[in-house]
Amino acid sequence: MSEGEEVKGSPNVVSGGQSWEPKITAFVCNWCTYAGADLAGTSRLRYRPQVRVIKLPCTGRIDPLFILKAFERGADGILVSGCHPGDCHYTSGNYHARRRFATFRKLLEFLGIDLRRVQFSWVSAAEGGKWAQLVDEVTQRIWELGPFEGYRRLDD
Amino acid sequence: MSQELQEKAKELLEKGEVEQIIGYGPGTRPGTARPVFLTLPEESPCLIWTPACVHNLVVYLTRKETRGRGKVAITAKGCDVRALFVLIQEKQLRREDVYVIGLSCQGVLSKEALAGGRWELSEETMADKCKICQVRTPLEYDFLVGEKVEPRPAGVDPYAARIEELESRSSEERWEFWRRELSRCIKCYACRQACPLCYCRRCITEKSVPQWIDKSAHLRGNLAWNLIRAFHLAGRCVGCGECERACPVNIPLMLLNQKMSREVAAQFGYVAGMDYTVEPALASFDPQDRQDFIH
Repeated sequence: MSEGEEVKGSPNVVSGGQSWEPKITAFVCNWCTYAGADLAGTSRLRYRPQVRVIKLPCTGRIDPLFILKAFERGADGILVSGCHPGDCHYTSGNYHARRRFATFRKLLEFLGIDLRRVQFSWVSAAEGGKWAQLVDEVTQRIWELGPFEGYRRLDD
Repeated sequence: MSQELQEKAKELLEKGEVEQIIGYGPGTRPGTARPVFLTLPEESPCLIWTPACVHNLVVYLTRKETRGRGKVAITAKGCDVRALFVLIQEKQLRREDVYVIGLSCQGVLSKEALAGGRWELSEETMADKCKICQVRTPLEYDFLVGEKVEPRPAGVDPYAARIEELESRSSEERWEFWRRELSRCIKCYACRQACPLCYCRRCITEKSVPQWIDKSAHLRGNLAWNLIRAFHLAGRCVGCGECERACPVNIPLMLLNQKMSREVAAQFGYVAGMDYTVEPALASFDPQDRQDFIH
């Protein structure tokens, strides 16, 4: 998005009159997606700033508990990204992760978490542009979905 | 059948084939059963095998009180043997470490029937898990008590209807459902203690630096605990139903576990505890695994 462009989507206001903008937690692998995000930065690509990047050695290191914890702590959306199949620095971490996420997302769905809030992706070290686009897309979608109230309502 | 079992137990202990037998004995309330641990041949008359023998005794095989005390014999129903298979697959023990006294089984009593003192096994008093059982004769045993039982004819699957019903609701309604169910959790961890596959010496919920799972019985921690347990059992749970039976506040844990088992079966064609020579689904992968959810 170009400088000064208004963010599209639903008005960033929630009940109670407080302004809201989405919090997106991104769990990325050190070798591909983090390097891809770095490339986006060094290429001076602009993308939405509502994403918080957490770097891990590998998607295989992403315990599904991290995703739950992020929701618990107020994330409205989650982005998980790592090396494309066949590109894992540890040869098979992403293959294991793929099975784990395929299963875990079904559990989240069964629990009642809208799966549009959890995005999985493969972004390589060369795909700075894909990273910027992905973050924009996810942010836009979460903006449209609004705040994730599930956990917030637990204290009621 | 109890007599056949007692004679075998006596023989095993007399010949010194095993050091210990884990089986069922009469409970303190008439009609009930409880786990018993025998080391002497003359103790064998206390062994019983009735539909009230609901416990999955495999849970004791990984306990430090059992380990390193010589060979153990265990009385095991079909579902219990499946749990044993998973332990072997996960290298928690070797097949030759255990003498399996298989119990051919027509089904055991439900939690409600046990609580109500209805000891007669019928469709009404039978536990739900038995209605979808494929292993009424255990898949493997060193000695079988009773005759082989024919597989149960396909009937109503009590879990399928409940899973389908819940899935037909909106995600908000599902969240509300689990919020209500899990709000009762008192974090007693009976589910974990009763589960033969929850054998970690140090459970994630006991790790406090950092504290991954809130310890108080607040919904936040209750959700994290029950979900992570369900996920840790995905592709491993054999559906013995012990967690749900042990739960003092009747959380429908089998609904979560069954949902995950079915998901793993649908996605990876894998059913836990049927063959201990294969790789567990979530400890392996196929480069061709579907990834239509990854963009």
